[in-house]
Amino acid sequence: MDNVETNNGGQQEQELNYLNNGHSVRSWLLTRDHKRIALLYVLSVSFFFLVGGIYAGLLRVELLTPQSDLFEAATYNRIFTAHGVIMIFLFLIPAIPATLGNFFVPLLIGAKDLAFPRINLLSWYLYMGGAGLAVWALMQGGVDTGWTFYAPYSTTFSNSYVVMTGLGAFVVGFSSILTGLNFIVTIHTMRAPGMTWFRLPLMIWSHYATSLIMILGTPVVAITIVLLALERIARVGIFDPSIGGDPILFQHLFWFYSHPAVYVMILPAMGVMSELVANFSRKRVFGYEFVAFSSIAIAVIGFLVWGHHLFVSGQSFYAGMVFSILTMIVAVPSAVKVFNWTATLYQGSLSFDTPMIYAYGFLGLFLVGGLTGLFLGTAGMDIHLSDTYFIVSHFHFVMVGGTVMGYLGGIHYWWSKMTGRHYSEFWGKISAMLVFIGFNLTFFPQFILGYLGMPRRYASYPEEFQVLNIFSTLGASVLGVGYGLPVIYLTYSFFFGKKADDNPWKLPGLEWRTSSPPPTENFKETPIVTWEAYDFSEDNGIEIERTPETEVQPSS
Amino acid sequence: MFMQSENIPLFPEQASTFAWQVDYLFFYITAICLFFGLGVVLVVLAFAYKYKEQKKFASPRNIHGSLVLEFTWTAIPFVLAMSIFVLGTIVFHNLYSMPQDATEIFVVGKQWMWKFQHGTGQREINELHVPVGRKIKLTMTTEDVIHDVYIPAFRTKADVVPGRFTYLWFEATKPGKYRLFCAEYCGLNHSGMGGWVYVMEQKDFDSWLSGTDADKTPVQAGEDLFNNKLGCASCHAGGDTQRGAKLEGIFGKEVKLVGGNTAQRDEQYLRNSILNPGGQVVEGYQPIMPTFKGQVTEEQLVSLVAYIRSLSPDAASAPSTGSGNGTGTETESEDKAGDDQGDK
Repeated sequence: MDNVETNNGGQQEQELNYLNNGHSVRSWLLTRDHKRIALLYVLSVSFFFLVGGIYAGLLRVELLTPQSDLFEAATYNRIFTAHGVIMIFLFLIPAIPATLGNFFVPLLIGAKDLAFPRINLLSWYLYMGGAGLAVWALMQGGVDTGWTFYAPYSTTFSNSYVVMTGLGAFVVGFSSILTGLNFIVTIHTMRAPGMTWFRLPLMIWSHYATSLIMILGTPVVAITIVLLALERIARVGIFDPSIGGDPILFQHLFWFYSHPAVYVMILPAMGVMSELVANFSRKRVFGYEFVAFSSIAIAVIGFLVWGHHLFVSGQSFYAGMVFSILTMIVAVPSAVKVFNWTATLYQGSLSFDTPMIYAYGFLGLFLVGGLTGLFLGTAGMDIHLSDTYFIVSHFHFVMVGGTVMGYLGGIHYWWSKMTGRHYSEFWGKISAMLVFIGFNLTFFPQFILGYLGMPRRYASYPEEFQVLNIFSTLGASVLGVGYGLPVIYLTYSFFFGKKADDNPWKLPGLEWRTSSPPPTENFKETPIVTWEAYDFSEDNGIEIERTPETEVQPSS
Repeated sequence: MFMQSENIPLFPEQASTFAWQVDYLFFYITAICLFFGLGVVLVVLAFAYKYKEQKKFASPRNIHGSLVLEFTWTAIPFVLAMSIFVLGTIVFHNLYSMPQDATEIFVVGKQWMWKFQHGTGQREINELHVPVGRKIKLTMTTEDVIHDVYIPAFRTKADVVPGRFTYLWFEATKPGKYRLFCAEYCGLNHSGMGGWVYVMEQKDFDSWLSGTDADKTPVQAGEDLFNNKLGCASCHAGGDTQRGAKLEGIFGKEVKLVGGNTAQRDEQYLRNSILNPGGQVVEGYQPIMPTFKGQVTEEQLVSLVAYIRSLSPDAASAPSTGSGNGTGTETESEDKAGDDQGDK
């Protein structure tokens, strides 16, 4: 932050924007500006992505050989738990909503800030506090239960820092609830004049759906953590059958939140995806209403499918059947989104700039992730696949292939708006392609390993699985380079990048109608919206160069 | 470090009657996924090639959408997803419903080993010998945390949950040696909690059975516990004057409880009655039985349940059948569910 000061300081003629409006550490740590809070989040979630990534790297190196040679099993178990806890609670769940959502929800709807700026800052402090507790637990020796904390192992048998880690997740949960609350109130009450519900960019619809899950689901996991701590500390019998509890109850409570949490991760990425596809095809999203309502459908039906994690847990046959059919149904709105994005490309003017490369990448990886979900939602098939590397690969395709592609695509797309500078297009494309290739190399072998029957969370494994594990580790190193490059060239761009125009791609969204970086109040005067979302037609105030034969149909 | 390339397996062995069902299901879903996945990828690539921008910042014609298309691409995936659901549920049902005529093997998991006990008394640790072509039912529980019996070549697995019995059945189709894994994370040595399933021809299995020192059968062990070690017989035996509920001929039948509910007297009911007797008192009896929680191990519970079940020789082991006629004879050697298969 001090560097920002030296960079921008002394340029008296420069217009005041949110970055140079106050340079002290205090002006950042006590800011109520959603844009500055978003940047604080970008730094913190990126840091935890790095930490979680290092843990992932350690796992992949250990898995090069069948024996556990680099680490003992006890260490390995702590490493995969740390990887899961950090990536899920500290990176994937806040990744897009707290960064891009925080920054762009107000800008996209023409608002000056979120509805509750102080609560927004509080949610960042809660996030940091919870993260601090989790990190403290890690430093003390970590936790070895897996991120799922299954009882009675977690409540009675584990000799590690379960309660402290759980408390971390508990506190971070409140940051998530407050962010969701802020978004819902903001979207309801602070849209610019003329910004009707069906003129909202689809990023907003997906964040609305995400916020519903955050508010309704997160309290359940909070309660579950409290019950877990009660049993572990005070031996109140809730989950451990030796003191009168029911271990399956824990799984129901845990997945009631943790399955919808997957949609907290993927829905915002789908929102970014809609923005990228529309803006880099220079067309309205095909079937806007269907894409918008599919987000809501996913959020609602997503609450009813948690039992597909319990097909092998001793749940009744009929419960398994009901959860299986609901899981099949929730696949449909995701499919509808993919078809509509594809149709949006039709007769568009498609660019191959870095953000769009990420969008193509998202489409490829999310297709694999989503379609392999069909296997796992099918009860008869899941019996063989559950708790194997097949499921590991599946959820990495969805949560990393989907969410991280969306996050990086969105960061590149809005980079010039957030920083007022350009990144290197060359390195952007290189890293986007490395991520896509490395990702597939890492995780495709894991599908085969899973079908062969290699269980997850194994510190050592039978020899016949070694070759595929070596391929996976090689892929992971390509992936690591792909994720590392943006850190370098984006940091360089932040300080030394070429200055960007307010609207380098000539796009119609409200965020492109204010300066880059935006002023603290976002818009010099409140915008009045008279156009549909993604309206590239001539009477929309955007400079557009038109080929004479291009037919223009003004929309309304 | 690298193994010879011909040894890289890409598809698991098929060694049970489920394997082909699960594999066909797998191929069916894979075909649907390839159809959609490749379809979308090809269309995207075609569009990306055909509609690549000719000019920066063009303004192509806006297309709002098409109800017909939306309906089509909602309906087709829905119908295909339902077809997967139906096929998957049929397979799930086959895996889930326990056959009546299976040979029963008791399984107790503990950190970090598998203990198996055959109906004839043989005990094994981390190894399980079964005959080919016979239905085998595992009745499972655990002494500590959740474990999971997983035999990839059989395409089946089931969690083993403390405080309750879970079941898994299979019929092996090919003699051989197959991996057995614990598939539910259970702590420090989770990845070491595994072993082998040996599928043998019947005659090999028979000679394996006779070659091992036969321990007490679960029924005999249960009888010993019942009469001597735990003293259940002081209340639950003695004919008309006994204080506790009659146990002969009750297994598999419904019973009226104090408070008006009824209960199915299956393995779980017996287990609960031993551990938490006050929870389900039979009509006509006083709630005087003390709890045996903490006094019996899981293995002893398994034996007790097996013994009590043997008092109802006509009841099948599956909880849902209540067809036994309940002649309460105490013949504990001829009553095991699998004995009609002729392994003696």
